[in-house]
Amino acid sequence: MATPDYDLIIIGAGPAGMAAAAEAGRQGLRCALLDEQEEAGGQIYRAIGRAPLADERILGGDYYHGRDLLHAFEQAGTDYRPGTTVWGVEDDLSLDVSRQGRSQRLHTRRLLVATGAQERPVPFPGWTLPGVMTGGAAQILLKSSAMVPPGPIVLAGSGPLLLLIAAQLARAGVTVEALLDTTPRGNWRRAARHLPGALRNPRLLAKGLGLLREIRRAGIPHLKGVDGLEALSRDGERVTHLRYRQAGESRERECRTLLVHQGVVPNVQLTRALELAHDWDEAQQCWQPRLDAWGETSRPGIFVAGDSGGIAGAQAAEEEGRLAALAIAEQLGGIEAAARDRLAAPLRTRLAPQLAIRPFLDVLYQPARRFLVPEDDTIVCRCEEVTAGELRRIADAGCRGPNQAKAFCRAGMGPCQGRLCGLTVSQVIADQCSEPVDAVGYYHIRPPIKPLSLGELASLSEPDTPTRN
Amino acid sequence: MPNVSAFERLPCRPQAKVTVFVEDDPVEMQAHDSAAAAVLAAGLLPSRTTPADESPRAPYCLMGVCFECLVEIDGTPNQQGCMIAVRDGMRIRRQCGARDMHGEGPHGDA
Repeated sequence: MATPDYDLIIIGAGPAGMAAAAEAGRQGLRCALLDEQEEAGGQIYRAIGRAPLADERILGGDYYHGRDLLHAFEQAGTDYRPGTTVWGVEDDLSLDVSRQGRSQRLHTRRLLVATGAQERPVPFPGWTLPGVMTGGAAQILLKSSAMVPPGPIVLAGSGPLLLLIAAQLARAGVTVEALLDTTPRGNWRRAARHLPGALRNPRLLAKGLGLLREIRRAGIPHLKGVDGLEALSRDGERVTHLRYRQAGESRERECRTLLVHQGVVPNVQLTRALELAHDWDEAQQCWQPRLDAWGETSRPGIFVAGDSGGIAGAQAAEEEGRLAALAIAEQLGGIEAAARDRLAAPLRTRLAPQLAIRPFLDVLYQPARRFLVPEDDTIVCRCEEVTAGELRRIADAGCRGPNQAKAFCRAGMGPCQGRLCGLTVSQVIADQCSEPVDAVGYYHIRPPIKPLSLGELASLSEPDTPTRN
Repeated sequence: MPNVSAFERLPCRPQAKVTVFVEDDPVEMQAHDSAAAAVLAAGLLPSRTTPADESPRAPYCLMGVCFECLVEIDGTPNQQGCMIAVRDGMRIRRQCGARDMHGEGPHGDA
């Protein structure tokens, strides 16, 4: 085996990755940070080094906290490789990476996956129409390009991020026609018993209440208990109007932009490709890699930190990144276990309230069943245009899981490699077979884990492959 | 004529400017914008049709997950628009249906 190039390679430059790199630098580790994006920050602190919006009130103070993280990361002496895609990982922790069409193999002693979250797929009739986007997409454009979508704008779905986006658009002077809240009414009652935990994080609770107040003051109609959402088109080219039910009545509304959101889930593409043990989280209705208290996975030497290990938000991600870096420093002989534990104690103290509020938020914002196991005519796999009804039909015909579904109906075989439909395909098949989702499982993710040109693949065998210029 | 489908830019700190061409129309962008942002600034909806059913699509997640923002960039098809920064003179085109294996678009400029 080749000599490792690094003690630690971190994948992902969001809060977990940046904080881990800064801590690794403090502990004297030779560390590289690889990130798909050209700019550090992840999605939450997207474009934080440039922050193009002139008016900082629009995004609010929590966004600009990312500058502190970025600054600490920049001081750490990390070999930072932006615009780099990881498309393969070997058993000996050698990574196949690609930048600007050229591939290279890097060796490391420890690996930290910090690939963050993605938005939960939100299948409903018409969700593939141009003009329908995720709420997160609108926020990314606001952060990185200071751009806002054309009106009339309607927001639909559930979760704190949807409220935040409504408030941010209002601060930007953009009219939001309506916020259609699909949170099932029973969620409040079921969440109430988790309120004591939530009260351990009064700052986040106050932020949520503040957003609701801001939405009310901005005059945005906040319609509760919405279901039966459909995006419709008169010209067959783009969304022109919506239909939904509220208070027992069917309603229609014109719109040019529909922003949808049902919370975020761990991005498990890489952790699945690494064949790490994953568990189904019933409260969050998603998969999580199985981790110990330091973020180490079922494969020794591979760690996960931040939302890719389970949704707990940006502040938790920072602390988890630092904890993983400390554990790795201890494993590699950089510090004693006692020193590691002493340094970890304040991090765990800050992490605790971030985790304590999760059961409340997870139950309160659990998506309506219709978004998890959609109706028959709804497209689930956008790439190959496979509907929920088709998945039910193949389940009845003997298909027992997502990997068989690929052969039965091509679900998950398109360019996104199952990133967007994977969760729904598992849930629909499990539901139809009356099996737990755990028993049905998930797609096997095989390399290349990102689409790759043959030129990129071939360049791996060339000597002195340049990665930067 | 203003395109009613176009995204609008809010007041910004000074940013370097570049010009890209979306279906041959010049669009002024900022240096760090993505090609998908240029598609949205130009109001090019739909920006592709699917190989399976030729149904209309446009950028959806903007974070590299959904691959709905696939466009033809400088003659090369299947480019993930949200992951590629604009460059001065970049030519972005709509991508319709299935593409052939040789990286050539329907416009013969590959």
